[in-house]
Amino acid sequence: MTTQQRLPAPVEVTAAGTAEGAASRGGLPRWAWYAGAAALLAAAYAVFRGTGTLPHDKEAPQFLAVTELREWIDDQRDLNPVFLYFLNYVRLYVAEVHGLFQTVLNALGWPGLVGVMGGMAWLAGGWRVALLAVAGVGSFGVLGLWESSVETLALVGASVLLSLAIGVPLGVWAGLSRRVRGLVTPVLDVMQIMPTFAYLAPLVLFFHIGAPAGAIATMIYSIPPAIRITSLAIQEVSPAAVEASASLGATPAQTLFKVRLPLARPRIALAANQTVMMALSMVVIANLISAPGLGGDIIRGLSRAQVGLMLPAGVAIVVTAVVLDRMLSALARRGPRSRAGRLDLAAAGALAAAGLALTPVLPATWPQEWTVNLAAPVNEAVHWVESTWYGATTFVKDLTSHALLNPLEGLLTTAPWWLVALAVLALAWRVSGARPALTALGCLLAIALLGLWEHAMQTMTTVAVAVLVTLVLGLLLGVAAARSPRYSALQRPLLDAAQTMPAFVYLLPALALFGSTRFTAIFASVVYAVPPVARLVEDGIRAVPAPVVEAALSAGSTPGQLLWKVQLPMARRAILLAANQGIVMTLAMVVVGGLVGAGALGYDVVVGFSQRADFGMGFVAGVATVLLGVMLDRITQGADGRPSPRRRKLT
Amino acid sequence: MRDSPDSAAITVEGLWKIFGAGAHRVLGGDDRHLDPAALRERTGCTAAVRDVSFDVRPGEVFVVMGLSGSGKSTLVRCLTRLVEPTAGEIRIGGEDIARASPARLREIRRHRVSMVFQHFGLLPHRRVVDNVAYGLEIQGVGRAARHARAAEILSLVGLDGHAGAYPDQLSGGMQQRVGLARALAVDPQVMLFDEPFSALDPLIRRDMQAEVVRLHREVGKTMVFITHDLSEALKLGERIAIMRDGSIVQVGTAEELVGSPADDYVADFVRDVPRSHVLTLRRISREPEPGEPLDGPELPAATLVKDALEAASVSSRPIRVVDGGTLVGVVDRVDLLAFLSGRDLTERAGA
Amino acid sequence: MKIRLLAGLLVLGMAAAGCGGATVGTPSGSAAPQPGGGSAAPGSAGTVKIAINPWVGYEASANVVAYLLKNELHYDVELPEIKEQLAWEGFETGDVDVIIENWGHPDLKKKYVEEKKVAVEAGSTGNKGVIGWYIPKWMADQYPDITDYKSLNKYAHLFKTSESGGKGQLLFGDPSYVSNEEALIKNLKLDYKVVVGGSEASLIKGAQQAQEQKKPLLFYFWDPHWLFNKTQLVRVKLPEYTEGCDADPKKVACDYPEMDLDKVVSKRFADTGGKAYELVKNFQWTNEDQNAVANDMTNNGMTGEQAAKKWLDANTAKWQAWLPK
Ligand SMILES: Nc1ncnc2c1ncn2[C@@H]1O[C@H](COP(=O)(O)OP(=O)(O)O)[C@@H](O)[C@H]1O
Ligand SMILES: [Mg+2]
Repeated sequence: MTTQQRLPAPVEVTAAGTAEGAASRGGLPRWAWYAGAAALLAAAYAVFRGTGTLPHDKEAPQFLAVTELREWIDDQRDLNPVFLYFLNYVRLYVAEVHGLFQTVLNALGWPGLVGVMGGMAWLAGGWRVALLAVAGVGSFGVLGLWESSVETLALVGASVLLSLAIGVPLGVWAGLSRRVRGLVTPVLDVMQIMPTFAYLAPLVLFFHIGAPAGAIATMIYSIPPAIRITSLAIQEVSPAAVEASASLGATPAQTLFKVRLPLARPRIALAANQTVMMALSMVVIANLISAPGLGGDIIRGLSRAQVGLMLPAGVAIVVTAVVLDRMLSALARRGPRSRAGRLDLAAAGALAAAGLALTPVLPATWPQEWTVNLAAPVNEAVHWVESTWYGATTFVKDLTSHALLNPLEGLLTTAPWWLVALAVLALAWRVSGARPALTALGCLLAIALLGLWEHAMQTMTTVAVAVLVTLVLGLLLGVAAARSPRYSALQRPLLDAAQTMPAFVYLLPALALFGSTRFTAIFASVVYAVPPVARLVEDGIRAVPAPVVEAALSAGSTPGQLLWKVQLPMARRAILLAANQGIVMTLAMVVVGGLVGAGALGYDVVVGFSQRADFGMGFVAGVATVLLGVMLDRITQGADGRPSPRRRKLT
Repeated sequence: MRDSPDSAAITVEGLWKIFGAGAHRVLGGDDRHLDPAALRERTGCTAAVRDVSFDVRPGEVFVVMGLSGSGKSTLVRCLTRLVEPTAGEIRIGGEDIARASPARLREIRRHRVSMVFQHFGLLPHRRVVDNVAYGLEIQGVGRAARHARAAEILSLVGLDGHAGAYPDQLSGGMQQRVGLARALAVDPQVMLFDEPFSALDPLIRRDMQAEVVRLHREVGKTMVFITHDLSEALKLGERIAIMRDGSIVQVGTAEELVGSPADDYVADFVRDVPRSHVLTLRRISREPEPGEPLDGPELPAATLVKDALEAASVSSRPIRVVDGGTLVGVVDRVDLLAFLSGRDLTERAGA
Repeated sequence: MKIRLLAGLLVLGMAAAGCGGATVGTPSGSAAPQPGGGSAAPGSAGTVKIAINPWVGYEASANVVAYLLKNELHYDVELPEIKEQLAWEGFETGDVDVIIENWGHPDLKKKYVEEKKVAVEAGSTGNKGVIGWYIPKWMADQYPDITDYKSLNKYAHLFKTSESGGKGQLLFGDPSYVSNEEALIKNLKLDYKVVVGGSEASLIKGAQQAQEQKKPLLFYFWDPHWLFNKTQLVRVKLPEYTEGCDADPKKVACDYPEMDLDKVVSKRFADTGGKAYELVKNFQWTNEDQNAVANDMTNNGMTGEQAAKKWLDANTAKWQAWLPK
């Protein structure tokens, strides 16, 4: 999952953020309160340890009920009118759209596709982007993945088209109507913290498996940025222009089409870009429900534990992401008024025509001798790494497992559920206020009722450790970048690139280094979540007003004092926001880590798709993941500057 | 009683605009008499325009002036219901605006009334010519016709040769000329200006003010001109309305405002105006005292005081102030000096 | 414009489905599941989709059949990566024509063959399959009684790992594999925890390391597998299999049965698959045959296609008999 759309505008550093930090209550210093609370919890744990635990039971009635429901639905699929006249039609139309893309892309042939993509890229962003597109699309063939890549393009194309066809009008509507916005926003908020996995099971229930189901899953997953960014784009169209249009007697429709949409166009292109990126990160996971494409190659590599099989597919997906990103962001960067020149049109047309003309001439499939087989050398390299670094990687892995993971997991799974709930409530209340705390508590209790307490605790352990590492790394990198512009200039492009990459790409190196264990998931989620965290921290520190820094320096602060006494405290909100983001992203990745041995909730979801009898467990685990996500978000959301109104009065 | 509606281009009567939920409840109750801060505290509503009434005569330039936040923009937007009024009557050319259907309202905006905005409100994705032609475009005028008209208007506002440029390639002053051209292109009877020049540099602002004066002479439109700049108001306005906290405190010519401000607020407002530039002899002339010589220079009553100084400097005899041949009064050097030094004000206050 | 496109598609689809309501299997224009439909290249006899399940023995069989379909019968072949049980659902959606090596699954047969009638059995592959729990040979030598499940608890401490939560570890493979492990551990009261390696490869790697480096390992494995020719493994005896002892998956407390592995195809493929269907039906070989191909694929750096070609070149008589007359 990419996260750009999630990043809020640079955080404003306000004096209020720091003023609060120094306050104390009731005479006692603040740390005493915390220590007291911690001691109380520890004592309760010591007394009640081992009681009130909720061990996992694969045969929990909740799971069986859903499994039965699934069997029932499967039997009804071709009988029940809801399916016959609605859901199956939806499936059919999505299949039609997907089929259309498939047919067109295949009919173009590989030279045609290279040419047409090149032409489109030229129109979007000139010859550089065109070159990139030609090289990128060509690389699919070179990697020996032409068919899978085209399948992926078709799936992404179909789901993005549908996402935009639904998302953009909805976004426009939400942009125009406050009421619609009020309805849509909370839904989008939840969708955005939903891990990819959670989308699959319900879709299987309603849309069965296969490419159409995969396309629908991808579409639903990738629609939030389409709606959200379009809505923002429409809202932020200069009110002066809109008013001027109305003052001349334009109808609302005229104002929409002649003023709002043209002015919002660059940002709608941005929305499309985000949608594509989200879709790309979903296509792999969609393979779990038998959607075709590069995801198949990745999963094939995963289930053979061969990085050599996965890497080319991973590269192909990254290449797709980069090409489409450059095309769409070029489109977004262009001012609202620019049009392609005649020369560009001609060049683009020529490129496309050349490709199409070559299609009948060149061999129908990508020539074998033009492919580079990476599998063997990569497998060898990975093997070498494995055997050479075995000691080091095993040490790191075992150390983390024994020193952090196992004790924490032991603590969470042997503590009585009510004690954990109490701790969560207290923590959330302190950080985010009463209402989020109650929501968090509700989510936790719901998880318990769903019968997934133990696995949720295990997943939470993994997330906690990953977040810890992420924050430490993110802080270090962010502070380093904020203090050295030269280092920042080096790091920025890397972070930018990292953020356009589909999530699971990070699983590959992790898997190569650590095999399938919980640590692999931790490693991958750290790599995944560090870039945005580092960036938020850097931005937060940089946002400290220059006069303040100047004042501190003129008072004779050392750089260290400046950092600890001025910059970090003032960047506190940005850092807390980074923590919030980091947690949500980490959760998403840890759950995907179920594919590579992270166990717990993510694995339950995977099993749910692999074993019919466990479908219910997988489904419920998907729901539990969402609840866990909402819970973690609520615990930390007070951080990102949107405290509930009540909180302001209480604290 | 007012003139019949037809003789006025715009008639506004008892206009209210209250922002916020429950605006009508506020209007119905006694809260509406509260001062703005108290009203906001009690109800959360803002009364931006309160019980405003005025007329604008055909061909007149009517200026509304007030501090920022006094409700000028809201008032002018209510005239074509860009902001929906909470209560009150609005007539433009005799037509009831408040009760016009949305379609009728659009017709009025398309053909009768157009507006120039403080921040121009140009469409950055359209060339200048298409910006100017926008109003015609939405009326359904064909491309050739509207471009021809746009070119004509562009040369009227002095933008020949910039038709193909995009707004962001023009300076602020030129952009506002585009805004002006766009408003003119639909050939409206009434033009509304909402602080059109306050975002411009002073020098350019002066040019643009001269431009408006020239256009008014050439095309003779009725204009409602909003400004917070007194000198601009004085330069352009035949009559000036002063707004405060949503109400109009005084409407009158510059001379009326300066000469007899309705309250301290207005007096404060006009304090820095050189009175000799605004007031006429009529205002300071007095009955000739017995035995005063009446053979001094003769000047019309409408002469500005500053223009009488020369005559007074040439002749020591009291100036005879006449209105259409009949003597209205006299003004001598002492009177003039007293006026210039402001002593007449203190005396009047003491009396 | 997009809306109009959608509306058009809506009408199109309605028309295509004859307005009688759409079933999941309703073929859409391009994703035509039958051979001879849609996306097949010109000159091709049609497209056959053989699901690929995640173990190399299966892939060996699939590749051999695919090679013949392509080169002898001129079909296009797709080998989508679809896990065991999902592949059965693929019969219904048209995503799968053939499962080339099926391990039992009487419940799925009942549902898809008898009730839904979207799948048809296509005979034995000739392979005998059996699943079991294994340990490296050195452990059996060192602890002679360890091969009986009754003494597993005694040795549980040997099998502890960082992932097994203080219990003995039973290493499992791909989550989609046929599995009674959880029930067995529970019903036989074993102090063990199933740890999922996630793939066949993780099992193989574990087994090889365990034997070479004399590390303890208890793991899930199956025959036919080439690994038995390379590494010495010993099977742990679980309570004897008796007919029906595995009927209730929750109450299983017995070993896995020896299974006659077979082929299953979609009804549509059986009806319209023509020669391709004939070939699939006729395909039959031995465990040794499969191990040879699988070994080449895993250990000799061959692709599935290369390994299949090598075996086919050496065994012409066998495959000639599979070709339809
Ligand atoms: N859309 C609105 N919603 C709420 N209050 C508004 C709105 N527009 C203007 N106001 C309030 O109405 C008052 C008058 O504003 P405005 O008409 O813009 O004043 P001016 O143009 O004289 O500066 C101000 O207090 C302003 O805050
Ligand atoms: Mg204003």
